[in-house]
Amino acid sequence: MNKELLEYTLRLGDNALILGQRLAEWCGHGPILEQDIALSNIALDHLGQARMLLNYAAEQQGEGFTEDKVAFFRDVFEYHNLLILELENGDWGKTICRQFLFDTFNYFLYTDLLQSKDETIRSVAQKAIKEISYHAQWSAEWLIRLGDGTEESHTRVQSSLNDLWEWTGEMLTPDAVDDAMLEAGIGADLNSIKERWHQKVDQILELAKLEKPSGEWMQSGGKQGDHTEYLGFVLAEMQHIPRMHPEAKW
Amino acid sequence: MQQEEQIWQWLEEVSDPEIPVLTVVDLGVIRAVEYLDEHWRISITPTYSGCPAMNEIEANILEKLKQEGIDDAQVKMVLSPAWTTDWMTEKGKQKLQDYGIAPPEGSSADKSVLFGEAKKVTCPHCKSRDTELISQFGSTACKSLYKCHDCKEPFDYFKCL
Repeated sequence: MNKELLEYTLRLGDNALILGQRLAEWCGHGPILEQDIALSNIALDHLGQARMLLNYAAEQQGEGFTEDKVAFFRDVFEYHNLLILELENGDWGKTICRQFLFDTFNYFLYTDLLQSKDETIRSVAQKAIKEISYHAQWSAEWLIRLGDGTEESHTRVQSSLNDLWEWTGEMLTPDAVDDAMLEAGIGADLNSIKERWHQKVDQILELAKLEKPSGEWMQSGGKQGDHTEYLGFVLAEMQHIPRMHPEAKW
Repeated sequence: MQQEEQIWQWLEEVSDPEIPVLTVVDLGVIRAVEYLDEHWRISITPTYSGCPAMNEIEANILEKLKQEGIDDAQVKMVLSPAWTTDWMTEKGKQKLQDYGIAPPEGSSADKSVLFGEAKKVTCPHCKSRDTELISQFGSTACKSLYKCHDCKEPFDYFKCL
């Protein structure tokens, strides 16, 4: 078993799983029906991508592992998602803002993973890139609508952007696992993605009449398993039924 | 070989759980029907990653084959090449239209839906081109929501991804 590949797979899968779980909290609470449906659909896409990736993580670990076991029987410190994805949803503006910052990153990441030398990751990317592109367009449009909307929407979304900024560094900063996977031709080059991400973010923020935060200090740790207190609550809700009834079947 | 054709015909009778006018063959999710190691193996591919209908499609395929006397068929999920609306048959597109869902227009290689303006879609009820996108996301993962300015009816569009 290749430890770096497993962790890389879990990072991709956990990002999709935790964001999908967070977005699913909006189901029934969206500001209007169409957007409630939109977020549920996006959550579902992430959940589907998570299943393919966690299934692959289970395969790598061998006998006795399944996608369900990987999702429901790991604890906080064994999760490898980005911290920004486990934060509370906040208001509609904050959810949109997080979605835009992450979707834009995810779009470049999966575009690069189309060239991955790992056959499963490449196949998942081929499937997911179409969905992720659609998400990225939707969240950019909403960011523009809110930023260039009313005084209230502008103020709130600018404040969310300021709050979320320090959580964006982690996705663009490679660590030893990223370096090893890049070297193996499996993973993406985060330094190159960082450049493209900033370009796209600048372009959309200008259209949205939002000011780019200037803070340089960044949070980190999620990829390596050091999480905020929020993840425990997300996992408690997501995992309690399979843990109460471990062998339950529909 | 003969039996392979027979299986394809049986699969023509398995409908999509979300859009019952379409069969799984119309939808283009059946990638292969093969006889391997003394088992029939049906390879299917998901339309969307999180499509909740896939488990049911798998169960329905196995159920149908069982009814026809094949007890030990296997269904395998394949991801690559990824499904696009190009895999949907012409017959399938016509059935969608008759059902009141606008079929995917043009090829999925047309990325205008991803970058910039929403494309113009023909109303499946009155055939008007004067329609407008209401929401990129609709009642299922594979659809978006439109309205028609002529007959004033809202309708689902099977989106081109």
